[in-house]
Amino acid sequence: MAQVSLEAVRKVYPNGFEAVKPTGFHIPDGEFTVLVGPSGCGKSTLLRMIAGLEEITEGVLRIGDREVNDVDPADRDIAMVFQNYALYPHMTVRKNIAYGLKNRKIASAEIDRKVAEASDLLGLDEYLDRKPSQLSGGQRQRVAMGRAIVRDPALFLFDEPLSNLDAKLRNQMRIEIKALQRRLGVTSIYVTHDQVEAMTMADRIIVMNGGRVEQIGTPAQVYHAPASTFVASFMGAPPMNLVPAEASAGSVRFGQTEIAADSAATGPVTLGIRPEDLIPDAAGPLAMHVDIIEELGAHRLLHGSIGTERMTVHVGKDTDVGTGQVPLSVKAGAVSLFDARTGMRL
Amino acid sequence: MWLPMLLLVPQLIIIAVFFYWPAWQAVQSSLYLEDPFGFGSTFVGVENYTDLAGSSEYMRIAWFTVIFTLLVTFLSLALALLLAVKADKVIRGAQTYRTLLMWVYAVAPPVAGFIGLIMFDQSWGPLTEFARSLGWDFKLGVNYFDTATAMVIVSVWKQVPVNFIFFLSGLQSIPRSVREAALIDNRSASGRFWDVTFPLLAPTAFFLLIINITYALFDTFGVVDTLVKGEPGNNPMTLVYKVYVDGFRGNDLGGSSAQSVILMVLVLALTIFQFRLVEKRIHYT
Amino acid sequence: MTEANAAALAAATVKPRRRRRRIRGGDVLDHLVLIVGSLFMLVPLLVVFQMTTVPDVEMIRTGPSLQIGDQLDENFDKAMFEASGFSGQNTGTRMLVNSFILGIGFALGKILIGMMAAYAIVYFRLRFATLAFWVIFTTLLLPLEVRILPSYEVVQKLGMLNTYQGLIIPLIASATATFFFRQFFRSVPEELVEAARIDGAGPVKFFVDILVPLSKTMIAAMFIIMFVFGWNQYLWPTMVTTEEDMFTLVRGIKQITQTLEGTNVPEFGRANLLALIAVLPPVAVVIFFQSWFVKGLTESDK
Repeated sequence: MAQVSLEAVRKVYPNGFEAVKPTGFHIPDGEFTVLVGPSGCGKSTLLRMIAGLEEITEGVLRIGDREVNDVDPADRDIAMVFQNYALYPHMTVRKNIAYGLKNRKIASAEIDRKVAEASDLLGLDEYLDRKPSQLSGGQRQRVAMGRAIVRDPALFLFDEPLSNLDAKLRNQMRIEIKALQRRLGVTSIYVTHDQVEAMTMADRIIVMNGGRVEQIGTPAQVYHAPASTFVASFMGAPPMNLVPAEASAGSVRFGQTEIAADSAATGPVTLGIRPEDLIPDAAGPLAMHVDIIEELGAHRLLHGSIGTERMTVHVGKDTDVGTGQVPLSVKAGAVSLFDARTGMRL
Repeated sequence: MWLPMLLLVPQLIIIAVFFYWPAWQAVQSSLYLEDPFGFGSTFVGVENYTDLAGSSEYMRIAWFTVIFTLLVTFLSLALALLLAVKADKVIRGAQTYRTLLMWVYAVAPPVAGFIGLIMFDQSWGPLTEFARSLGWDFKLGVNYFDTATAMVIVSVWKQVPVNFIFFLSGLQSIPRSVREAALIDNRSASGRFWDVTFPLLAPTAFFLLIINITYALFDTFGVVDTLVKGEPGNNPMTLVYKVYVDGFRGNDLGGSSAQSVILMVLVLALTIFQFRLVEKRIHYT
Repeated sequence: MTEANAAALAAATVKPRRRRRRIRGGDVLDHLVLIVGSLFMLVPLLVVFQMTTVPDVEMIRTGPSLQIGDQLDENFDKAMFEASGFSGQNTGTRMLVNSFILGIGFALGKILIGMMAAYAIVYFRLRFATLAFWVIFTTLLLPLEVRILPSYEVVQKLGMLNTYQGLIIPLIASATATFFFRQFFRSVPEELVEAARIDGAGPVKFFVDILVPLSKTMIAAMFIIMFVFGWNQYLWPTMVTTEEDMFTLVRGIKQITQTLEGTNVPEFGRANLLALIAVLPPVAVVIFFQSWFVKGLTESDK
């Protein structure tokens, strides 16, 4: 169990490409932190630097109170679960799980006990003597986790472990991993490009884009108060509606409509409203022309335009609307304003 | 239906005429003793074979071939593995090293033998001088042991590149994440090599074992021929060279054919062994 | 701005500490091993080269040294245009030409025949397909060296001694290329054949318009391997060519070595230069087409 802290950590490759811009943050002990962002945003690079698989170009990394920049991966007291499991193909499941312990000079009786414990926890008992090639994807994933758990490390690292599983299995494993982490209480850093995984699993989310950290916050904070248009459009599905508008202290003008906004900003802005915060209202100030309706069972998505801007509205299954003109109002206080040029939250 | 026939026929004809017919001939003439004056041949059954079995010279050559094969195989594989592991590891200059270590593949065995003649020349060969400085009076072509050593060194020099290429390719096909998992599980580099890397190279190594044995047995002909300077005499030679010497130089067609057949059986056994191994292969994926 | 963000921003403005790239002892050792290995490979050839640049008389006295002389041009003329044999036919130039003919002829022949045979086996339902397969397969079991004498007799009987055909065609009697292409053709998706059939392409058109272009890299890889193999042939040319105008460089090595002894002043420069010339084309091919070469090697011996 340990906290992790980064100070101005940066990664530049020999060819000059800056994969991770100077970044610093602190992860408290026992927390499940998710690094989320699109492909190429630097989240995996950051994780691998924490693991010791990539060299840190600048900055200081601390695990616990130790500065570990120059410490070998095997000595950082970490365990990692890889995207494609990275099980040793020539070893049985049992040997795969035990390997890390064997090299740390732990008594073999103790190793057997730990392996049995992990196997029991993950339901691997009947596979212990099989080789990885004889297992399914989900089973291999469990073995990879068993290998990590059994080490009792200070830090768990997950590199997109569920990406190679089918959707149903993914949903199931999400819950299992989260439950496991909560039970074991080990500080965990989890990388994913799937914002749903981030929202459902994280105690804290770190959103990254283009090598930079865009926002650090709880799922609720990231969702309700996104720090930039990028975070606003990346987190949440369907994404937040973002449209150009004109602000003047206390309100914002969007098309023909004035909407109250709790901000002192003036001038051109980007206005953000979540689809579920647009409510069909006969007396509403906004007029949307709906052309496509997606039926999702429990709710519906209305796609259309207000003026020239495309927008999406999220309504419950019982709401009676069809295509054509639909008047809308905006839920109070559910408006986000971003600088029109930089995209940062105002 | 004529098209596939037309496509196959050239290959089949060439094989029939230049493979099966000679192979059959070899078996046939191994059962005959040819009259040295060319007046015909007498059927002698397996006498040619029993003669070989009883010939101490044949046994000596067979023994040399075995030791030679073992040495060349082991040394070529070990050196190539070492170089491949290092070449895989370094980042700077990786491509240059690879090029420098693999080009010798294209050198023909007799040319390698020629280079051996130069390097081991009795009067001024650099390696001879080096050996002398260690107190070893190296006499290529005169001393049996010295000539054998030269043959081994030249053959290894020629064979390391092939093994290097295959080992390097094998190393690079080990998934990177497996090696990274090992980095986290084991702090000792040699531990990681023997526990994870080497077992995963085993299929490549087995395959190369057969290739190397075949090379040492047959492809070293050019090396042997050049280093003995065409005077077999008391020099070390391999079994395949003796086939040539007896048949082409010594005109002992029967005996040479019998030797050929013995080698055929040997190769057959090796290939069957290899395919059995491939079936029961250490299949990890 | 959230509290967490503020902390992040503050942390990011801490003065960064630059890490100097460590040079570990282990890395130095790695490079050392590789350098020694490379030298082991390279030095013999450098010795040979040095010997081509120095007058022969001096060579007898001092042996190879670190000096580069000026005899390269003269030795080059000797090597290429003088003959060492009895008939005066085996000049370096002649042998070079023969080597090219053998290398290229063999590679082309092997590829052509191998592709056709593989195509027939993979894409047609032949009744005796399995038989043909095994017939061809067994040729992999016996190297030429083992059937060398009877093969010689066959070629002699066919009157093909001292001809290019006699040199090239018997070497094609092994199934390496056929197997290589068979393996590759099997990896080509079946849908392509079906699409071609719908588009009205018959078997010949399919082969020429679709399969061959798809196989371009494989053909290149095979060509390189086979060219080097053919060029480096020694035993077979030794047996089959006795007339000096048919000698290849590699076959001629035998005679080249003979010029190193017996005579008063052995022709070191010329001999070494011929050896270099015998080595240069295949090495150049292997180096310049490295990726194809490696691909051909690692894929063909499965």
